[in-house]
Amino acid sequence: MSERFPSTYAVLQQHGVDRRTFFKYCTSLAAMMGLEASMVPKVMAAMENKPRIPVIWLHGLECTCCSESFIRSSHPIAQDLILNMISLDYDETLQAAAGEQAEEIRRKIMKDHKGQYLLAVEGNAPTRDGGVYCTVGGRSFLDILKETAEDAKAIVAWGACASYGCVQNAKPNPTGAQPVHKIVTNKPIVNVPGCPPIAEVMTGVLAYILTFDQLPELDRTGRPKMFYGQRIHDKCYRRAFFDAGQFVESWDDEGARKGWCLYKMGCRGPMTYNSCPTVKWNAGTSFPIGSGHPCIGCSEANFWDHGPFYERMAGSVPLPGIESTPDQVGKTLAVLTGVGVGAHLASYWARRAGKRIAGKPVDPAENTTGEVK
Amino acid sequence: MLDDSNHIHDAVSSGTMWRGLEVILQGRDPRDAWAFCERICGVCTTVHALASVRCVENSLGIQVPRNADIIRNIMFLTQMVQDHVIHFYHLHALDWVDVVSALKANPAATAALAQKVSPSWPTSTEGYFKDVAATLTKFVASGQLGIFQNAYWGHPAYKLPPEANLMAVAHYLEALKWQKEVIKIHTVFGGKNPHPNYLVGGMASAISLQGDNAINIERLTMVRGLIADAINIVENLYIPDLLAVASFYPEWTKIGGGLGNYMSYGDLPQNGIADVAKFRFPRGVILNKNLNEVLPVDPADPAQVQEEISHSWYQYPDGKNSLHPWDGVTEANYTGPKPPYKQLDENKAYSWVKAPRWKGQAMEVGPLARMLMGFASGRTDYKEVVTQALGKLKVGPEALFSTLGRTAARGLESQLAVHWLMDEYDRLIANLKAGDSATADTQFWDPSTWKAESKGCGFTEAPRGALGHWVHIKDGKIANYQIVVPSTWNASPRDAKGQHGAYEAALIGTPMADPKRPVEILRTIHSFDPCLACASHVFGPSGEKLVEVKVR
Repeated sequence: MSERFPSTYAVLQQHGVDRRTFFKYCTSLAAMMGLEASMVPKVMAAMENKPRIPVIWLHGLECTCCSESFIRSSHPIAQDLILNMISLDYDETLQAAAGEQAEEIRRKIMKDHKGQYLLAVEGNAPTRDGGVYCTVGGRSFLDILKETAEDAKAIVAWGACASYGCVQNAKPNPTGAQPVHKIVTNKPIVNVPGCPPIAEVMTGVLAYILTFDQLPELDRTGRPKMFYGQRIHDKCYRRAFFDAGQFVESWDDEGARKGWCLYKMGCRGPMTYNSCPTVKWNAGTSFPIGSGHPCIGCSEANFWDHGPFYERMAGSVPLPGIESTPDQVGKTLAVLTGVGVGAHLASYWARRAGKRIAGKPVDPAENTTGEVK
Repeated sequence: MLDDSNHIHDAVSSGTMWRGLEVILQGRDPRDAWAFCERICGVCTTVHALASVRCVENSLGIQVPRNADIIRNIMFLTQMVQDHVIHFYHLHALDWVDVVSALKANPAATAALAQKVSPSWPTSTEGYFKDVAATLTKFVASGQLGIFQNAYWGHPAYKLPPEANLMAVAHYLEALKWQKEVIKIHTVFGGKNPHPNYLVGGMASAISLQGDNAINIERLTMVRGLIADAINIVENLYIPDLLAVASFYPEWTKIGGGLGNYMSYGDLPQNGIADVAKFRFPRGVILNKNLNEVLPVDPADPAQVQEEISHSWYQYPDGKNSLHPWDGVTEANYTGPKPPYKQLDENKAYSWVKAPRWKGQAMEVGPLARMLMGFASGRTDYKEVVTQALGKLKVGPEALFSTLGRTAARGLESQLAVHWLMDEYDRLIANLKAGDSATADTQFWDPSTWKAESKGCGFTEAPRGALGHWVHIKDGKIANYQIVVPSTWNASPRDAKGQHGAYEAALIGTPMADPKRPVEILRTIHSFDPCLACASHVFGPSGEKLVEVKVR
């Protein structure tokens, strides 16, 4: 196995990385995925023995910010991913081939690795008027997406576009743009939303799939709990100011200079699930709230249509009441924005879960994966 | 379309994607517009946010504090430099560098070459190149070639010796490592990259030098360190590689010139956005390669910038064919072939891209336009870097009007920009020292302070060229919003007079060694740094389709 597909560890060894450093690398990777110390040997084993999974990365209606975020990853770095961890066989942005030569690759991977390749989708498909609003090589992206999804092992839907629809899907959605899960209904899909998603979240999802040879546990909208399990508001370092009633009232006021809570400036933190306050952005440098701007909720469905960003949410979304606590707000919105991932995913996980959890039923309404207790 | 000697004698550039941002913006709060617009592009993130806030501020009569202006300049230059470096190594280099040939390189000879090309770049030892070669060899030996598979390796148009190829591959990886670092400047001021946050009225990142929970010296020093690194990357990696690679392709100083008309709105204000004369990127138009005359341009003048749609999939009311963006209309009208289709008819509408024209003329925008504008305007810093580069390549100024000229201009612009970036940082410190730490002006933040109706225009010089936003605000909401992006100019289809856009014009006359592997087309189209997927088809003289190239 390792001769034809050199493992990550083999290459690191060849670069002079000793076992101790390799252990540290795997430890930090494991920590980032929220795993316990006992899991580190598993991560190391994966890096030592795994072949590189073929990946086809399609681009539909999008802005390419997901690709750009992806290459910002600080751990693992883009070079490691592309050379050692996955086989990025088709990606219009980075690949050297173009046109017919590029399409040949896509067809070859679909055929040679039928049922084994990972389909990554950035962007989404317009469905109005036969999909003429996004064609690639004379074919509608809608067709290309459906065709490429057919023999994929699983789909990773990068960003708000592929997960929910994003800006082109905002009212009035002139092109009929639809997210992947509304077009492909017979494959396991991992939604990794955000506009774009955090780089280390994107690469973390891939690292998880590669290490554990399974999809991560997903929430009710198909997002990995390991990165979208809690709200910004739950983990925000300015929460103490919220609780103490200390708010920014106007840009660059005394509160702003003291780093007070941005709730009154329209912050969507209370109803947004993402890792921004913990993993943060660009190798932990900062995140929107930390740099003084309220969260705009970019990892939630339809965030573009929840009213002006600088007005508090209460004005435009039916909430229990303006005086609701953020907890109530969060729960209500989770229900409102919940998108059923469908019976297929529940049954997929029921099949997988059956091997790992004896006697524990999977209730699709509760969670989509069968919780490991 | 090729003639009998395999030279391109006609070309059709089609934009095959439309999302409808201009339609989606209607009726929304103008203070939100920057966030929507920024999502027009994630490669050139920030540029649309900047043009949008300037546009809305122009409409509402808002003047931003000096610090906000400077911070925006810092973010602008950071984006430009990072974008250009990525473009050279990750989006263009493989058109000139043969990755497979790199496997044959001798590491010691590569080290000698690298040390000669850039004596100040520290990582140029034989051991280093041995490692890169080993990485590449093992990768290729795995049989899974990933992004390098099925490309044009071995094509006769590749001219670099194996050592130059190995050096370039090593530097491709170095640049890939660096690009994620410099944009931390965006994260400091804008919270994240891609898509940092902007604000109508200034920037949201408050400064409190004596406080411990806003921007203070720790953040500022981080920014300064990143700028210093960027200077090292541009001066000691990018420019030396650019000139080294260029020296092997002298014939490309005579291919791909195209229109010969250049436009820049200007940018990098030093005294507020209204003081155009002080912009470090001067504004102007050059016609017919005439560097002796820089014509004035005003994006707010309806008689100057117009968008035509004779070959685009839109319709305008009242049978009109051409509109200024303030009167602009976005009504999609697809009349192309039903997919799947094999070709587009250049005599009909064939693109989602409109055809912008300046006083009826097609324009090229981008680094070459800006470098020529600075040169022709007599700016000494421009003259210096251009003269130096031409001297190193042993060519005259006419070489600028070509694919290689365009590629070189991008590098030279980065050289200027990265030093200006440090200048802007110094300006920020100076302003803070003088006691001014304001970052936002909220006088006209509240819609109750706005006039019932207003119009505004915002512009910037994005990495790919002149970018304009036009807004009409009515009763606190966006009544109309129109955007003309650099790639609209460059990727423009024909207009009613049959005048080509810049890509089309640049391709005409290009010789192709092997029509079935059109690397020459990629070289020229990539030299523009296109910001959309455009398809170019190669047809033989009798109209039979030879191959189709999809450029991202």
